[in-house]
Amino acid sequence: MRIKAWLVKLATHLDYPMLLLLFILMLLSMFLQYSAAGEDNVKLLAHGINMLVALGIMVIVANVPPQYLLALAVPLYTTGVILLIGVALFGDVVNGSRRWLHLGVTRIQPSEIMKIAMPLMLAWYFHYHEATLKLKDYGIAALLLAIPVALVVKQPDLGTALLISASGFYVLFFAGLPWRVMLGMAIVAGASMPVLWHFLHDYQKNRILTLLDPTQDPLGAGYHIIQSTIAIGSGGNFGKGWLHGTQSHLDFLPEHTTDFVFAVYGEEFGLLGNILLLLLYLAIIARGLHIAAHAPTLFSRLMAGSITLAFFTYAFVNMGMVSGILPVVGVPLPMMSYGGTAMVIVMLGFGILMSVSTHRKLLKS
Amino acid sequence: MIEPTEIKYYQVELTDFRHRIMIAAGFVVVLFLVLLARFFYVQVLEHDRYFALAESNRISVAPTTPNRGIIFDRNGVVMAHNYSAYTLELTPNKIKDIPATIAELAKLVDITPANRKHFAKLVAESHNFETFPLRTRLTDEEVARIAANRYRLPGVEVKARLFRQYPQKTSASHLIGYIGRINDADLAQLKADNHYDNYRGTDHIGKVGIEQSFESVLHGTTGAEQIETDAGGHAVRTLSHSNPISGDNLVLNIDSKLQEIAEKAFGSFRGALVAIDPKTGGILTFVSNPGFDPNLFVDGIDSTNWNELNTSPDRPLLNRALRGAYPEGSTIKPFMALAGLHYGVRTANDTIADPGYFMLPNSSHRYRDWKPSGHGSVNMHLSIVQSCDTYYYRLANDLGIDRMHAYLSQFGFGQKTGIDMDGELAGVLPSREWKAKHSKQPWYPGETVIAGIGQGYNLATPLQLAVATAALANGGITLKPQLVSAIIDSRTGQRHNIAPEVIANAHIPPEQLKTIVDAMIDVTRPGGTASVASAGAPYLIAAKTGTAQVVGIRQNEKYNAGRLQIAHRDHALFIAFAPADAPKIAIAVLVENGGHGGTTAAPIARAVMDYYLLGKLPKNMSATTVDTTGDNVNAD
Repeated sequence: MRIKAWLVKLATHLDYPMLLLLFILMLLSMFLQYSAAGEDNVKLLAHGINMLVALGIMVIVANVPPQYLLALAVPLYTTGVILLIGVALFGDVVNGSRRWLHLGVTRIQPSEIMKIAMPLMLAWYFHYHEATLKLKDYGIAALLLAIPVALVVKQPDLGTALLISASGFYVLFFAGLPWRVMLGMAIVAGASMPVLWHFLHDYQKNRILTLLDPTQDPLGAGYHIIQSTIAIGSGGNFGKGWLHGTQSHLDFLPEHTTDFVFAVYGEEFGLLGNILLLLLYLAIIARGLHIAAHAPTLFSRLMAGSITLAFFTYAFVNMGMVSGILPVVGVPLPMMSYGGTAMVIVMLGFGILMSVSTHRKLLKS
Repeated sequence: MIEPTEIKYYQVELTDFRHRIMIAAGFVVVLFLVLLARFFYVQVLEHDRYFALAESNRISVAPTTPNRGIIFDRNGVVMAHNYSAYTLELTPNKIKDIPATIAELAKLVDITPANRKHFAKLVAESHNFETFPLRTRLTDEEVARIAANRYRLPGVEVKARLFRQYPQKTSASHLIGYIGRINDADLAQLKADNHYDNYRGTDHIGKVGIEQSFESVLHGTTGAEQIETDAGGHAVRTLSHSNPISGDNLVLNIDSKLQEIAEKAFGSFRGALVAIDPKTGGILTFVSNPGFDPNLFVDGIDSTNWNELNTSPDRPLLNRALRGAYPEGSTIKPFMALAGLHYGVRTANDTIADPGYFMLPNSSHRYRDWKPSGHGSVNMHLSIVQSCDTYYYRLANDLGIDRMHAYLSQFGFGQKTGIDMDGELAGVLPSREWKAKHSKQPWYPGETVIAGIGQGYNLATPLQLAVATAALANGGITLKPQLVSAIIDSRTGQRHNIAPEVIANAHIPPEQLKTIVDAMIDVTRPGGTASVASAGAPYLIAAKTGTAQVVGIRQNEKYNAGRLQIAHRDHALFIAFAPADAPKIAIAVLVENGGHGGTTAAPIARAVMDYYLLGKLPKNMSATTVDTTGDNVNAD
């Protein structure tokens, strides 16, 4: 009986509209992975286990009231920055980038922690400076954002750095960053493009040039884009049908269970499937923004808004890259790509959203 | 208590926040519409094109492999080049029944079980649709037979491919190295270095020697042909192509003739010789004897040859010059003497009385000289000429290990020389830190004493000894040893010389250098330990002999080479530079189990110097003889 009561208590902090949408997404994900991995039951099981673990973490986080999350912001951010410095000094080099850090038994990629720690920290900052918000505070927030981003850029992992900056920027945006400042930033960013270009690594330049003309480098970076575009394009209106994609099953497509899984989806389910997936993502984002709009405190509003837009960014960047309108960066398609870490990070975000959504009444009283 | 203004402020802020939520929602919708537009373009408007590409097997990208750079010696003699030959190639992706096709082909040309095994392994290791060779080096007749039957063998092709060849065969094998098929480890490394794309059409990669260390220069840049093919796998048209860029050629400092003379001078002895131009650090000769035929490795070595090379007690695959570490023995003495002068512990004229052994205070252990009766009264000059051990036991004890380590480090002992070849050993120049790292015991004074004659923990590669000797010839300036002297750009034909690089300078005062060099010259004169091998040379040679103990001799035992197994006999060492007054060549020779340096190692160095300085070919290539009587073997 005790366990039952405990479960009921856990369940009261779940946001059911969101949970339903996530279940649909996960079901779709299971079907997609079964096909993409070549009907491999072992891999499907692993994917399912990843999902269950991520779900469990979501349920736990959903039960943590936002004020506790608030208290976690500074330690988590500080740990993240220290680990990133550790990576810069002692990290393992994999594929030419220094991203991993050995911590005795396990190896971690601290930039992943920053995807959550960054919005948390900035939301914390604005929460405590709410009453006296001045332009200076945006400057300090920008600095808090710049330090870890610079460390991640240095690894170099431009894709993750952009995602972390985006999640931080969303907090600034929702915290009321004046429009004129944003306009100024846009102009400065535009003007500094040629300078930034100079600082990019050759392979990063290549990826951008490849986007403009994939045939320039058909053996290297262009190969992915050419093959994934062929896969999606050959799907047509209604797709070739589940398990009937030819491109992805013939090993034309590299990384077809991870970053490029959307090519398999597009080939097998066609434009109709793509529209359904976009609608599903859109519904999740709409629910997230709804939770943000009705959140009781500045902190929870900023967290909910930023997490929702970060989720959108992952989906948009991945689908844009696979369909050939964005450069190739290592971003998985949320909940669809194979891989436990990314899934846990995404579901952790949904846990926070649910916590914000379900602790509303408690806080107001 | 809440001020009304604050509530108002809160309301304004919340309104602004919700306003921004709406803007964010608009942003999301707009960007999703962009994606939708892209999907519509690719999946509806361009669907027919992509569908056709997907159906007709799409676009295949065929890499076009660049020609590997050629390696020349300093006089333009080819050390490694490519030749063209026909190969029989199969594209498994285009063949329905591979075993049947191979069976069919076996009726036309000779296909060995080894060919089949090799092919199966290649296919199993890959998952792209590449083309794999089943047989190489087809004769013209075989090519004709396959061409006549090609119409009924889809997926079978005859291609002209380039093969690597080493015309010098076993000569210079350790320095040139060889290329071999890319294996899983190579593949992982290429991926880690972001070079994988450039190797899509390449089967071979440098495995050892210069072929390995200059891989990135020799390989070149792979070109690509983007081909549209039909369902049968036949090329319909070429969509685009980029030409490959050949690898750059290398010019070595090595003189291949000198190399050959040096190798022959070793006869059946195992050992190594490195000769360096002291002014540039350029390596003139780099011998590790015995060598092997690198041509065996290019297409995958067969198991018979492999077993023979791998199990031979002579260990022909071991690069002794680079990876053989031996005690320096007495060849360390000139450097020790310089250390003594540098720290003011000895002057050139200080003499010691040598009773035939040295004892530490409060110890009864006798550190014995090679000459049991002792050398009598010995100054620095005599200590080098006669190679007096007692002098150096005492000098080492007076210097202490810390100063020995600091001074000898300047000549490159105990550290990698930085040679342009992978895998060199650093050797050991012992110090307190070194011992602390390798043992729980503290440093003992007795270990300093034996380090003074290059024994105990001391280890150096023949390459290190040659570098140190060159530094001595060069007045104390240590240069980085370099095998490659220039890279020739394959596109422009421009020659990029590799500049000499100074790595250390011991700043030896001229009078100190003169003391040592004069003594080393007298080593090669009557009364010196290398007088026989140096007799009649029309140029001055400065040299030092040495022996390196293979097995320890007990306190009351006598070393008797005749009684010892050959494998337990001492290694012979010899360092030299010439002409001593204006050095052009510095040499280090090691002869495994060769006994005394003056007898076995010095004549090899002499043959090399005679050719390099005088252009004189040795009359008798096997001039060295084995002294098995044991009479004079321990004298060094």
